[in-house]
Amino acid sequence: MTDEPLLRVSALSKFYGSRVGCDNVSFDLWPGEVLAVVGESGSGKTTLLNCLSTRLLPSSGTASYRMRDGQFRELYRMSEAERRFLMRTDWGFVHQNPADGLRMTVSAGANVGERLMAVGDRNYGKIRATAVDWLSRVEIEQDRIDDEPRAFSGGMRQRLQIARNLVTGPRLVFMDEPTGGLDVSVQARLLDLLRGLVTDLGLAAIVVTHDLAVARLLSQRMMVMKDGRVVESGLTDRVLDDPRAPYTQLLVSSILQV
Amino acid sequence: MPTPLVVSDVAKSFTMHLREGIKLPVVAGVSFSIKAGECTVLGGPSGAGKSSILKMLYGNYAVDDGQIIVTHDGGLIDLANASPRTVLAVRRQTIGYVSQFLRTVPRVSALDVVAEPLVERGEEREAARGKARALLAQLNLPEKLWALPPATFSGGEQQRVNIARGFITGHPILLLDEPTASLDARNRDVVIELIAAKKAAGVALLGIFHDHDVREAVADRIIDVTAFAPGKRAA
Amino acid sequence: MNDIATYNFAYLDEQTKRMIRRAILKGIAIPGYQVPFASREMPMPYGWGTGGVQVTASIIGPDDVLKVIDQGADDTTNAVSIRAFFKKVANVAVTTDTATATIIQTRHRIPEHPLTAGQVLVYQVPIPEPLRFLEPRETETRKMHALEEYGLMHVKLYEDIAKHGRIATTYAYPVKVEGRYVMDPSPTPKFDNPKMHRSPALQLFGAGREKRIYAVPPFTDVVSLDFEDHPFEVQTFDQPCALCAAENVYLDEVILDDHGGHMFVCSDTDHCEKRREEGHRGHLAPEMMEPAQ
Repeated sequence: MTDEPLLRVSALSKFYGSRVGCDNVSFDLWPGEVLAVVGESGSGKTTLLNCLSTRLLPSSGTASYRMRDGQFRELYRMSEAERRFLMRTDWGFVHQNPADGLRMTVSAGANVGERLMAVGDRNYGKIRATAVDWLSRVEIEQDRIDDEPRAFSGGMRQRLQIARNLVTGPRLVFMDEPTGGLDVSVQARLLDLLRGLVTDLGLAAIVVTHDLAVARLLSQRMMVMKDGRVVESGLTDRVLDDPRAPYTQLLVSSILQV
Repeated sequence: MPTPLVVSDVAKSFTMHLREGIKLPVVAGVSFSIKAGECTVLGGPSGAGKSSILKMLYGNYAVDDGQIIVTHDGGLIDLANASPRTVLAVRRQTIGYVSQFLRTVPRVSALDVVAEPLVERGEEREAARGKARALLAQLNLPEKLWALPPATFSGGEQQRVNIARGFITGHPILLLDEPTASLDARNRDVVIELIAAKKAAGVALLGIFHDHDVREAVADRIIDVTAFAPGKRAA
Repeated sequence: MNDIATYNFAYLDEQTKRMIRRAILKGIAIPGYQVPFASREMPMPYGWGTGGVQVTASIIGPDDVLKVIDQGADDTTNAVSIRAFFKKVANVAVTTDTATATIIQTRHRIPEHPLTAGQVLVYQVPIPEPLRFLEPRETETRKMHALEEYGLMHVKLYEDIAKHGRIATTYAYPVKVEGRYVMDPSPTPKFDNPKMHRSPALQLFGAGREKRIYAVPPFTDVVSLDFEDHPFEVQTFDQPCALCAAENVYLDEVILDDHGGHMFVCSDTDHCEKRREEGHRGHLAPEMMEPAQ
């Protein structure tokens, strides 16, 4: 186990004019760690995720990422080419709406294989074998490999999106409400799958969710955001079982009991 | 052998922000230590803060004041001020915890629920499952249930899965929060055996047992938690 | 003719030609890169080769000899019209002979007769962007070219193999130019792709509607994309040309009657005629069908 974090975030802020997106967020993320960012809509959690994944440039602050060679690189000083390369090799991004993360008009196999081809894989047989393997890992039947995701259910699309992201063996995955918009039973299956993959692959992940149950199941650590600021952070079970900030207490007390 | 866990002057209160910020003191001046090979029992009536103390020792509750020094990875760590990452490392290697209730995960079989802590610590999945089978058998959980997710099990069945999950690892410190609460006499005796085996292996145990017979059977020492009532100190 | 005087030489005004020549020079400097240019309205509709015509008009001089082919043929409407156009507005010599032409404007073919140094091949291009059908956003495709993100191009080939068991793309087959830009060779059959590789001729591409010019300078590497286990292959034909018996040339199917009768003949009409003049005869050549003549 390494003693250095994978990602160091320091005083990250994003303003939209005079409106606050996220304000002065700092944290470290270690390899294999899953961090949940919770808060209601407008709390800045998605802005934070977009800044971290360099889909959005922050107004101030820094984020450095430990590359595979062990060197830390400041994300916002990298060239766009480098960032995009990172995005499709060492990182993943799972969108809430699978259509945003998939190519809906090419087959499932090609969706999974695209990243491999992007990094120079030129053997059709191997690409296809890898795609078959990944489809089975996300519980999609092999005979669906040549179907377009348009013909898939919501849960299947989301699982396909996950496979597409994980095929290059990324070390860090960003997830934006990965179970949002899915039926409860489909959610449970997806969460279980994600949990297994994260453990098996030793992935680090930053999961944005408004669902505290999702946070509890997936993450070890948690940040609670309100109005762009982090109001509480710590071990997930500590934050949920002994919430300290007024807002966290409100959030925890608002969970519906079944 | 160093004392595995020393608690000194620990205080805990809850601030209820949703109720005009009233402060509920739970315990104060908590000081004790536990020893390897011994089972220390927290005693006192419900509401005295026994469970809260266990949860602080596991990093599950935040600590207002004081120190919780644990021997971990060849050094000493103050859990009361440790980073989340350190707490996780302590949980992985040093402190195990058997909670009152099993938090079930959809679709994971009872066998894997039990084997998981070992797998997380780097043990081969099949070897971990072997140990899980042995424990579940010892706890008399019908074999036909092993492959099923425990969500639909009865309270007693879930608790046995929970106990097996807590006892399967070799943590040098083990916290037990009423592990026998919903068990029948036969399985209570199994838990007593398991605790005895842990003691023999040099594990330091700290537990809460409401069941008088179990307490009598396992306790080497009883700490009266009412001594840590916050009012007492103030007075 | 008097009315020629009302036009500038080769129809376009000199400023426009300079603008287009600059785009051409930039294209030559960055092989395979699509240079935007201010495409003009031409006296013919889009789809009739307005891009190629503007390129030809900008490079043609009074001493040039022009050949125009449409899918290999010198005698189809498009070729005849464009040839007539330049004859009228530039008063240049025209030919159907590949070897003597200095400029060859083409729609969808490269002549069979090998091109030589000093010749210019001008392609008419309908859609210059090879990534277009996979990525509809122009902003994104430009970025992909800039960052050399070409994984998507192989996605298309992957889909072909997955659906058809082989790369089924037979025309507009994507190529990589000088190891850098992925380029659409215009809808030429992939049979012609190898001819682009290290060709001694200058190859210019004009897309009038899409307002793009790109170029492959002489002796430039042009490599067709493929997979290790599904390498690039050109089409092969079971039989030689029915008229001139040529082998290893690109053939068109010609329907002969309403009863399924058909023949395969050279798509390059000039090549076919030359061979027949040299005495080559296919099994359906007229003399053999009608020995009395």
